[in-house]
Amino acid sequence: MTVEAWLTSACADAERRGLPELKPLLESLARSMQALRDADEAFGHPAARPPDDAAPAA
Amino acid sequence: MTTASPTDLCHAAALVRAREMSSVTLTTMCLDRIAARNDALRAFITVMGDQALADAKRADAEIADGHYRGALHGIPISIKDLVDIAGIPTTSGSAVTPRHPLHDAPVVRNLRRAGAVIVGKTNLHEFAYGTTSDETAFGAVRHPQDLSRSPGGSSGGAAVSVVEGMAFGALGTDTGGSIRIPAAACGIVGLKPTYGEVSCDEVVPLSVTLDHVGPLARTVRDCAVLFLGMRDGEIAAGAGAQAHGTAWLGIPRAYFFDKLDDDVREMFDRAQSALEKAGHSIGTVEIPLAERAPDVYLHIGLPESAWYHAPMLAAEGDKYSPGVRRRIELGRYVLAEDYLRAMHAREVLRRAVDKALEGLDALLLPTLPIGAPRIGDATVTVGSSEEPVRAMMLRLTQLFDITGHPAVALPCGEGRDGLPRSLQLVGHRGGTERLLDVAAAVEAQIAGGSGSVGGGVG
Repeated sequence: MTVEAWLTSACADAERRGLPELKPLLESLARSMQALRDADEAFGHPAARPPDDAAPAA
Repeated sequence: MTTASPTDLCHAAALVRAREMSSVTLTTMCLDRIAARNDALRAFITVMGDQALADAKRADAEIADGHYRGALHGIPISIKDLVDIAGIPTTSGSAVTPRHPLHDAPVVRNLRRAGAVIVGKTNLHEFAYGTTSDETAFGAVRHPQDLSRSPGGSSGGAAVSVVEGMAFGALGTDTGGSIRIPAAACGIVGLKPTYGEVSCDEVVPLSVTLDHVGPLARTVRDCAVLFLGMRDGEIAAGAGAQAHGTAWLGIPRAYFFDKLDDDVREMFDRAQSALEKAGHSIGTVEIPLAERAPDVYLHIGLPESAWYHAPMLAAEGDKYSPGVRRRIELGRYVLAEDYLRAMHAREVLRRAVDKALEGLDALLLPTLPIGAPRIGDATVTVGSSEEPVRAMMLRLTQLFDITGHPAVALPCGEGRDGLPRSLQLVGHRGGTERLLDVAAAVEAQIAGGSGSVGGGVG
């Protein structure tokens, strides 16, 4: 799940559960999530590839 | 008897051992301080006066019979109200229905076995989920030097109990810095031992893989005695921190020094100079990816706290403080993939801190980038930027909860605002006792010697 899709889904769920005040926290968490995912290669994720190599082969 | 009031735990222990002061006298002193100041400071949720005096009488009788158990025997201490004590509700600082334990937590059992007298249970940030001790069902804990300010948290009541002479030592917990942060904000010593060294059983968890239990006290030696009591339940004669020799210290400049208030920077520099003058060797080290620690911390701590609180949120969600509830609810949205990503990153960070420590006795850095914040402030000015208080307070401590390295906070002087500033030493995993020895040596050089910014001892 992409961070963008996750954020849309999480905000909708929080709204449905009557917790709209979670939205700014979810947005902040989304930024943190993206930063953590972007650091996969730096953290030596066993399947991480450098950005240039990340696109699937045509 | 005209003996002066003891200044710290080890001083009190020496008086008790020599039978120059009784445990009942010490305990009465602490209970009197609680009676005089607790309404204003809200350090304690439960005061165990009758039980404490009964325990103190028993300790005096044992000592009179020649059965001295060690440096905690007859010494009044406080316990954070996140930890089970048989027959006393564990409120966790919350309006949620408390636990009613039938048994002491193992760490409490150990402290009792070492002879400690428990005077009561201290106030905290609700469920330890915060750094300011102002979200609690028992009223915000107040800083003893300025009632408009926070003593830090989450072990805010524990720190205040020591500063105010309501106890000679305190048990706190530390998940992102909750022992070291209030110790730093209040100008005392706080130790987070190596992960797993002191039992967290029967302690209400915040984050099961990040939680640590440890002591707060006036001096490093006091913390060493409490640490041994918590871990082992006994303190051998002569045990505790020994300030001998000089140390090899490394300062991790990148990230940790990016956002500091001017007073923290100045007090740290003075402490560094004093240590170098005393013969300690100090260099610079790197901890790669330390700047990602807040992201790793969030993705581990949030889901772990959500897991523990799920049943209580379902039953009593409306009883939580709004801010604490929001943080717990947030944890329900962290994906398993990102939790595992953070757990993988954690191992990398652990190895990075291990590597930074190679050839050194300890890392040296500030504990808090700011002084004690005003209660209710969401942001604080650091340099020219406005920063979130919570993020600032966790910024320099949370990495070592992630990696499990032992870390100790030591006062290093006062800022222009008259409030304490603190430095932090981080030791090798499994090397808590060695870290305490180093901390005792550092304390001997900087205690009172770094003075205050703007006209201190200098």
